[in-house]
Amino acid sequence: MSEMAAHTPHSHPPGFAHQFETIEQQREAGTLGMWVFLVTEILFFGGMFTSYIIYRALHLQSFIEGSHDLFVKFGATNTAVLICSSLTMAMAIRSAQTGKSKRTIIGYLLVTMLLGATFLFLKLRFEWYADWKEGLIPGVSWIPSAAHTPGVKMFMCFYFFMTGLHALHMVVGLGILTVLVIMTARNRFSSQYYQPLEISGLYWHFVDIVWIFLFPLLYLIGGRYPGS
Amino acid sequence: MSEHGEQQGHIGHVVPVGVYLAVFIALMFGTALTTGVAYIDLGRWNTVVALAIAVVKMLLVVLFFMHVKYSTGLTRIIIIAGFFWLGIMITLSCADELTRRWEIVPKGWSMIAPHIYHLR
Repeated sequence: MSEMAAHTPHSHPPGFAHQFETIEQQREAGTLGMWVFLVTEILFFGGMFTSYIIYRALHLQSFIEGSHDLFVKFGATNTAVLICSSLTMAMAIRSAQTGKSKRTIIGYLLVTMLLGATFLFLKLRFEWYADWKEGLIPGVSWIPSAAHTPGVKMFMCFYFFMTGLHALHMVVGLGILTVLVIMTARNRFSSQYYQPLEISGLYWHFVDIVWIFLFPLLYLIGGRYPGS
Repeated sequence: MSEHGEQQGHIGHVVPVGVYLAVFIALMFGTALTTGVAYIDLGRWNTVVALAIAVVKMLLVVLFFMHVKYSTGLTRIIIIAGFFWLGIMITLSCADELTRRWEIVPKGWSMIAPHIYHLR
């Protein structure tokens, strides 16, 4: 196909699949497909949020107690880290869109990956590891505390399932970004075709949005003021 | 295939860097605000304010970082449908679960089926 295309004046730009009328149509179809996948993700995380809402309503006091065992400073820092990574991801896509050099695109992608890794490092080293030492992980390292009502264990289950699933999505995101760096280095993208960057960006921003909700729901619930 | 035209220029809407930076600053401000508000006693409103800020942050990410502001109507319908289904799931689950009560066992039943009392 490439031999034939090379001899016609109407050769398709690289990455343009033949079943589409225009590359703009291809781009819209890809974006639409990615959003359909993200809707399934919304409902996937939504199931957890739904059960969280119900159990929080049933055991409000325990959820507030459990929430107070989490570190707001790391939760807030990680929120900021993810927002920075979303900005650099958006800039990576914009760089490809405006035909910047592949060094620029790879640079933005690597910074995004570094921020994603920072998020995971802070979470593992300063939160989950501390929880493990303190015996706050149900089923793995649980030290019953007289100060805790029984529902705290329920809260911690929600905390680890929700942040764990989110962290898993971050790991997948880092894998996707690795592939994007390789594709960029191999000159696969141009200002005409940068679709893998764009739809991976949608995924990365979605994972950011999940954390935007997890942070207040898990860390700030019931307030942190004295007497809360 | 001339109707394809020469595919020059940008594909998709190029968002100015200034817009991205403004959204970024707004998101950082929102994070600081939601953290700060948690340390002020607003009673029941703490949760409402925290969720309101989260929704605003989500909208900023979706509209600008995820380019939905510049997307096609079809994409928007898919997204709105997704959130609508999420709303159905949350609302109906809560309507079921939060309105369930253990029925008060009529007095006479304690003699007929004492184990029902112990269930409570």
